[in-house]
Amino acid sequence: MIHILKIVTQRFALGLLTLFAISLIITFGVELLPGDLAEAILGQGATPETVKVFRTELGLDKPAHLRYLSWLYGMATGDMGVSLANKREISELIGIRLSNTIFLGGFAAAISIPLALFLGILAALYRNTLYDRVVNTFTLTSISFPEFFVAYILILFFAIKLGWFPGISNVSTNLSLGDKLYRSMLPAATLTLVVVAHMMRMTRAAIINLLASPYIEMVRLKGISPMKIILRHALPNALAPIVNVVAINLAYLVVGVVIVEVVFVYPGLGQLMVDSVSKRDIPVVQACSMIFASVYILLNLSADIISIVTNPRLLHPR
Amino acid sequence: MDSKIDHIKEQLMSGRITRREFAQRLMVLGIAGTSAGTLLTWAEKTQAAGKRGGRLRAGIAHGSTTDTLDPATYENGYMSKINYAIHNHLGEVDHTGNMAPELAESWDAQNGAKTWVFNLRRGVEFHNGKTLDSDDVIASFQHHMGETKSPAKSLLKQVKSIRKDGKYTVVFELSGGNADFPFVASDYHIAIKQAWDGGKISPNDGIGTGPYVLKDMEMGVRFFGTRNPNYFKSDRGWFNELEMLSIVDPTARSNALATGEVDVIDRVDLKTAHLLARKSGIKVEETTGTKHYTFPMRTDTSPFDDNNVRLALKHAVNRDEIVEKVLFGHGVVGNDHPIAPSQPFHAATLAQRTYDPDKARFYAKKAGGIKVKLSAADAAFPGAVDAAVLYKEHAAAAGIEIEVVREPSDGYWSNVWMKKPWGACYWGGRPTEDWMFSTAYMGGASWNDTFWKNDRFDKLLIEARAETNQAKRREMYFEMQKIVSDKGGVVVPMFANYVFGTSDKVAHGTMAGNWDLDGDKFHERWWYS
Amino acid sequence: MSAKFGILVVLIYSIVAIFAPFIAPYGEREILGRSFELWSDKYPLGTDNLGRDMLSRMIFGARNTIGLALSITILAFLLGSLTGMIAAALGGWVDQILSRIVDVLMSIPSLIFALLILSIFGTSVPYLIATITVIDATRVFRLARATAMNVVVMDYVEVARVRGEKLDWVIRKEILPNITAPLLAEFGLRFCFVFLFISALSFLGLGLQPPSADWGSMVRDNASLITFEDITPLLPAGAIALLTVAVNFIVDWLLHKSSGLKDVS
Repeated sequence: MIHILKIVTQRFALGLLTLFAISLIITFGVELLPGDLAEAILGQGATPETVKVFRTELGLDKPAHLRYLSWLYGMATGDMGVSLANKREISELIGIRLSNTIFLGGFAAAISIPLALFLGILAALYRNTLYDRVVNTFTLTSISFPEFFVAYILILFFAIKLGWFPGISNVSTNLSLGDKLYRSMLPAATLTLVVVAHMMRMTRAAIINLLASPYIEMVRLKGISPMKIILRHALPNALAPIVNVVAINLAYLVVGVVIVEVVFVYPGLGQLMVDSVSKRDIPVVQACSMIFASVYILLNLSADIISIVTNPRLLHPR
Repeated sequence: MDSKIDHIKEQLMSGRITRREFAQRLMVLGIAGTSAGTLLTWAEKTQAAGKRGGRLRAGIAHGSTTDTLDPATYENGYMSKINYAIHNHLGEVDHTGNMAPELAESWDAQNGAKTWVFNLRRGVEFHNGKTLDSDDVIASFQHHMGETKSPAKSLLKQVKSIRKDGKYTVVFELSGGNADFPFVASDYHIAIKQAWDGGKISPNDGIGTGPYVLKDMEMGVRFFGTRNPNYFKSDRGWFNELEMLSIVDPTARSNALATGEVDVIDRVDLKTAHLLARKSGIKVEETTGTKHYTFPMRTDTSPFDDNNVRLALKHAVNRDEIVEKVLFGHGVVGNDHPIAPSQPFHAATLAQRTYDPDKARFYAKKAGGIKVKLSAADAAFPGAVDAAVLYKEHAAAAGIEIEVVREPSDGYWSNVWMKKPWGACYWGGRPTEDWMFSTAYMGGASWNDTFWKNDRFDKLLIEARAETNQAKRREMYFEMQKIVSDKGGVVVPMFANYVFGTSDKVAHGTMAGNWDLDGDKFHERWWYS
Repeated sequence: MSAKFGILVVLIYSIVAIFAPFIAPYGEREILGRSFELWSDKYPLGTDNLGRDMLSRMIFGARNTIGLALSITILAFLLGSLTGMIAAALGGWVDQILSRIVDVLMSIPSLIFALLILSIFGTSVPYLIATITVIDATRVFRLARATAMNVVVMDYVEVARVRGEKLDWVIRKEILPNITAPLLAEFGLRFCFVFLFISALSFLGLGLQPPSADWGSMVRDNASLITFEDITPLLPAGAIALLTVAVNFIVDWLLHKSSGLKDVS
């Protein structure tokens, strides 16, 4: 146990280092993009004169590294700063968006992870049967359609033809939980279709991979039912790759949903970040990327810890 | 004859023409006497009149989390519609394209259109109860003058001084005569806001004199406002509540309308406009305005500094096919100058340039062969990449080689437009010929995206601006259009209509075409039938 | 059975891709008729919005899309699995450095990452390939490292090391054979993610240069029609789906063979 604690502390420290590296990359990446906030906001209406005034007003006339340092200092003292574009507190700006994003991601995860595990275990159990092929074909087809296309198809059936769910997810903060779930049903379903195949196939592959191992042969010879073999003996040992893929997909549900947000007009963090990148609102981009990166690092850490806990060899390295 | 009468009756009922236009058309049809009288009485009773009530929900194609309420930063269609919901201006463009009084009751030009006197309407209240006076107007103008980021700055350079003459009169002194100054003074940026202590406006306060009071707003997501109970126009601002959602994806927008989530959408996806119109309960409508899509060439850069190259390229494009396949017929061909057919001084007698591979080949040969790159992105205008691809194929038939470069939409206006030698661009157009030409065609103008300079053109432009004799003015503008078309650096293949969709419960009068959705004032002018 | 089906489909796709100019009735960018003409003898699948023959675009699309997807996936697997195995086998600071780099790259949302890179360097095909390869390779790295980690701690690897075997021998003979299965499973999926990524990029106005046809962008260009019950966008989407299913059937079959299970059907 102490070993795990050590790993966790170590990884947290490394996580901070990663965050620092990301903030550098993002800041100077956006800095390298042609144009800045003043030009982006004025758009076609920009002239050299007005851009110059705007830059001074925004403090963009200061060199990039100074702006970065003052941001870093703010971050260290718990101040995310204000959006350059509209001078709003970033913590306030991001707060609602983040809770929306986590709500949608959590909703989709609550459907997709159990579903994927269930389908994957069944597929491993009934491998090469008709069931296996049908599930495989269906999930593969659903992930080979681009997200927005899956979304449009769901909208066609469930919003336009049947009228069961709204075609856009106009969620605001004062909705009840039931209303929120109802309004985010289609985006959650879209995300489920997008991530379920990956996790389900990895579950199936990891289990099948173990079924040939000597210890499973042994269990099988004892005459234990195939379902029990999988659940008791194969699954625990197959957890490492499965948990890894689940972590990647969970991260995706939080970080990568910008297209679903656009199609369903769902006010989440992804949209905010894309907007801010295209307008070069660097403090907001930095704050978003810090949040995304933290989510990713935490999920990864959990995945690694689960892998370690389930594999005694990793738990007690020589 | 009966079918013709039915047709205009229908137009009146749907609000496409006014009662006066109805009467004029009856005269054209030769209907007089009692039958005309009956029809006119019918028209009076029928003509749609506004009805109060309801909540209008609109899905708008723009909007970004980085938008702000500061009028100096209004750049997209979402903020423009919010602007017109909460603010008023000195004047407004009406459905005939003329300037109608709004916060100014009247105006008067003196001294060869060098001095302009605006008389303000009395008793107009801001949303917080303060009464409008000349200090507010002056402060609102000063927000866009001097050290400012406002794009309206270059428009107001001609203003030498503004002063008040009593509580309700504002006097502008211009550096040169400008017969169109009321248009300039009503530019959408110059929203009239309250002057706070210190004589400055507070640009982000969201307070104006407009038809709706801002209640709640999340930038890039949603705007919510309620009817201004003290609105000074008694026959405008019919809805009790106004909600505008930013729906950037075109398919999401038409889905929102189809499923009844919103009642109005702008910028209908042209590819599917005919399919949307077929749905029950939905109307697809369009207005013709000054919006045009262009391919500006930098005339200060080789090979576009050679007019033979420009003429070759102007002859090498099949405009009809582009209008058919990029606009799906929702527009008309352009004639390589920016003046729309609906504008008063449009040179209709100027011969329409057509697709002529032989002529193109002839000019290309004179230029010693042409091989160029054309930069495009859908940020320039929807379908710009497709239009460029079509252009490439058309030009290939004349032996001209065009390589289409798809640029990232991100940062298109700062990295590609006016930077790359040849690209795609869009202009919402300007309500007056002078304004359009001064903005983008006068030598050295900030937005002269062809970097073109023609002495004769510049001279005519200054002269026509101050000319008050309409016939003489017309002649000058005709010549200027010909010069741009024959010598300028821009290919204007098309003028695009504004196409939008509404629920059939929404009614309106004759619409203005200066912006999308009835001059971006749909919330003020429309109502629920 | 399903493996044979998979192989057959892949074979047909390859033939179509290789001999595209001979099979397609018209040119890739030839403008022939009006927009969205219906299916007819002249245009078997109708025309697209610019009046180009849909069938010909699909056939040429096979060439661009499969070529791109295949090269990106192979490059990403070479890069990702090799570094992943090295990281697992060597451990220590090599592992730390590689893992942190991958962490950093993966923590940046991939669309944003692509937007940054492609906006800075331009969207020519080499940059497109490089960008998506790097993004994909980070995912492969993680999987390869995680699975290889499980192998590295096995006794037989220990034995081999004590025996004094070199790193490349350990990787080739001990690690690789034992992690092939999950890697193969991943390959089948990564392959189709490339199409998806390209079509997602076209959402941001990046992607292949026109007028080249690729299925991802063809889905994007016509996607809006589906909500009006027009099946045009299903053609390129279906083409991607069929290929994905076929490739994964083959992968499953290989997986089954390599797992050593005897109940192969």
